[in-house]
Amino acid sequence: MRRTIPRAVPAALLMSLSLAATQTASAQTPARGGSIVVSYKDDVTTLDPAIGYDYQNWPIEKMVFDGLLDYAPGGTTLQPRLAAKMPTVSKDGLTYTFTLRPGVKFHNGRELVADDVVYTLTRVLDPKTKSPGQSFYTGIKGAQAFVDGKAKTVSGLKASGKYGLSITLEAPNAAFLNIMAMNFAYVVPKEEVAKAGGDFGHKPVGSGPFTLSKWVSGQSLEFKRNPAYFYNSLPYLDGVTIKVGLDPSVAFLSLTRGEVDLLGDGIPPAQFLQVVKDPRYRANILNKTSVNTSYLSLNTQVKPLSDVRVRQAINMAIDKTKLVRIINGRAQVAKTYLPPLMPGYDAGAKGYAFDPAGARKLLAAAGLSKGFDTVLYTNSTDPNPRLAQSIQQDLAAVGIRASIKSQAQSTVIEAAGTKGAAPMVWSGGMAWTQDYPDPSDFYWPILSCRSAVSGGWNWPWYCDKALDARADKADRMVAPGQQAARLNEYKAIFAALDKQAVWVPIYHEVRHVMHSDKLVGTAADLLDPIHFISYERLSVKK
Amino acid sequence: MLGFALGRLLQALGVLLVASFLTFTLVFLLPADPARMVAGPSASVQTVNSIRRELGLDRPFLAQYAGYLGRLTGLDLGRSYKQNSPVRDLIASRIGPTFQLMLGAIALELLIGLPLGIWAALKRGRWPDTLVMGLAFIGAATPQFWLALSLVYLLAYRFALFPLGGYGGLSHLILPALTLGIGGAGWYARMLRASLLDVLDQDYIRTARAKGQRPAGVLVGHALRNATLPVITMIGLDIGTFMGGVVVVESVFGWPGLGRLVWDAIRVVDIPVIVGVVIFSAAVITLANLLADLVHPFVDPRIRYR
Repeated sequence: MRRTIPRAVPAALLMSLSLAATQTASAQTPARGGSIVVSYKDDVTTLDPAIGYDYQNWPIEKMVFDGLLDYAPGGTTLQPRLAAKMPTVSKDGLTYTFTLRPGVKFHNGRELVADDVVYTLTRVLDPKTKSPGQSFYTGIKGAQAFVDGKAKTVSGLKASGKYGLSITLEAPNAAFLNIMAMNFAYVVPKEEVAKAGGDFGHKPVGSGPFTLSKWVSGQSLEFKRNPAYFYNSLPYLDGVTIKVGLDPSVAFLSLTRGEVDLLGDGIPPAQFLQVVKDPRYRANILNKTSVNTSYLSLNTQVKPLSDVRVRQAINMAIDKTKLVRIINGRAQVAKTYLPPLMPGYDAGAKGYAFDPAGARKLLAAAGLSKGFDTVLYTNSTDPNPRLAQSIQQDLAAVGIRASIKSQAQSTVIEAAGTKGAAPMVWSGGMAWTQDYPDPSDFYWPILSCRSAVSGGWNWPWYCDKALDARADKADRMVAPGQQAARLNEYKAIFAALDKQAVWVPIYHEVRHVMHSDKLVGTAADLLDPIHFISYERLSVKK
Repeated sequence: MLGFALGRLLQALGVLLVASFLTFTLVFLLPADPARMVAGPSASVQTVNSIRRELGLDRPFLAQYAGYLGRLTGLDLGRSYKQNSPVRDLIASRIGPTFQLMLGAIALELLIGLPLGIWAALKRGRWPDTLVMGLAFIGAATPQFWLALSLVYLLAYRFALFPLGGYGGLSHLILPALTLGIGGAGWYARMLRASLLDVLDQDYIRTARAKGQRPAGVLVGHALRNATLPVITMIGLDIGTFMGGVVVVESVFGWPGLGRLVWDAIRVVDIPVIVGVVIFSAAVITLANLLADLVHPFVDPRIRYR
């Protein structure tokens, strides 16, 4: 059904506004057949699951490939997918034994067997693959020796027969099954990787619910239903077209004209407020808080931020509500480091209240009653400079004179990963989003000693060996009965970090998607916390 | 003429060498690590280092550049860091759309700009002249992004005369070409007007008029031929500009040209793609300017290359 757009929209095309959003869901019995068009601003870089690693690649890779495990729709509970059932774990927590479903076929017609899983994981570990996911799998026994070129195979990976697979780890890791559900572990056929001659990312062949039928660089990707797909009678759609390169404003107009069914980049900021307030679009918009945290990192290696009182004062000086207003309310104020949907989230956490007077007292106690000069780095893409200016104003109100360095994202990342270079970094545009739903993913890559190294992502450069030991001990708690205790331990770890005030956790983004009248999908399908979009579960009205 | 062309081709090789070196140097000096951009946020430092080694980014600058030049002699532009595809293939996939947009844009620039320039010159100092020069100024000064979105809203959305975006047949080409054409037409109109006014004051034009030739005959037969020389030069420059890609217009209309390819590459510091597109664009610009120079003697026999 075509829609007309309000006459006021041309003005909205040229300005940004502010928000309130509605939550609806098109929960209907899925019909089989039909196709949809999805728009994205940026080109898809690759569909090689060992390489493609961003919000745009993930859901598209999930169309073509499968992992041994997956999550329940819209949730964080692991379920078997290529595996016939959940794996058994040895008593020492080191060995996972999987049994594969028999009869699953790759798109080229060959049966998927355990050797393919061994090949897939070995390929991710192989430095020649240049996989961003390599380090997730170096905990497998013998993986590091293989990476270092000291072994030709990975000793911890063993196929037994066609369907049996055992994976042995160097040390127990409670998040290992989450890691096995990541895109890097999606199973690929060796012969097709070889046939593609280094360009497997543009000629992907997997076992997933859709096959790639056409890819025109810079224009579109076309997917067709895999009629032989084995899982739960999925998918419902016959085809999906991903159109790339469309400016979000133009994509929005296309959606209102029925030429696009889903805005991959969400509602453009210029039209946001108008669209979410328009009752005619209420049924077309869904929203959900993302599993990410946007934060201000405070470099503990730079004076005077090395003084915890100064960091606490900064936490008290910043008005987070104002920052959320600047982005049209498309976020939830953060009270702690973990986002609400992350296991281990402390619902009782209060965080630091906005208290400029208290901040000034703390600064005075630290001998800085006249304030101090510092530098705030930010990504130069809108709205981040505006957000940085708001932070700058709040800091100025308590006497902290922050000069803003607004630079390209790659430059900010470089400065933040260089010891002593960036006192404060606003993470906007680079917010930390979960790789998998486990609190360890919010600790080791960004807040541990091992990540407080040159080129790392621990931007506060905070290293507490005692916390590392606690997190390590928690990760060895793999027995089902230990999970509640493990999550409590992580709650305590993040409470300790909050006390040290190494970040100012600002907000968790609220994602909004807009879809056409014909597309049928629930919030679980269109705002999945792991896959973002579950194409296999979408359908169209008949 | 042949000697001139060969000399210019040698010059072109020098230009390409300098362009590749400068681009390589500038990208190398960027305070950003391509290996980290490839690895993404969750990769460990060990993985980033391993990727850096695999990409050859751990070698000294001159060794990297020499290796690049060595591959370039075999027309190998390397592989994209991010997409892992051969850069040559990526560029090849964008040449067609870029070429179409270039032809469309230049055709519209000429169709709009030349008649307006002639009209302004013939009505020198009167209201048509003022009007044309005003329009030319507005056209040249209008921000492309605003013009593109306005054309989309009015002609594609409101009146549904054209597709909203994307790549396809002639109907898809008109709006992006018109966006570029409106801006460029202003420059062509101003240039032709100035050039024509200069020619119309020449003695041979006065002679032609004195011999009783009709104004139209004088204009087409004598004046325009010489007045279009700077226009030909400008077409050569335009070919180069458009073949290098036009990021804003391509982004708004979803046009799969070289501009978007290089813009995406810049965002992720994809050095082989950036350098590859620069070299390709430099080659096209050099070639287009050479062609423009070779056409000049055919238009104005007074010009001879030795």
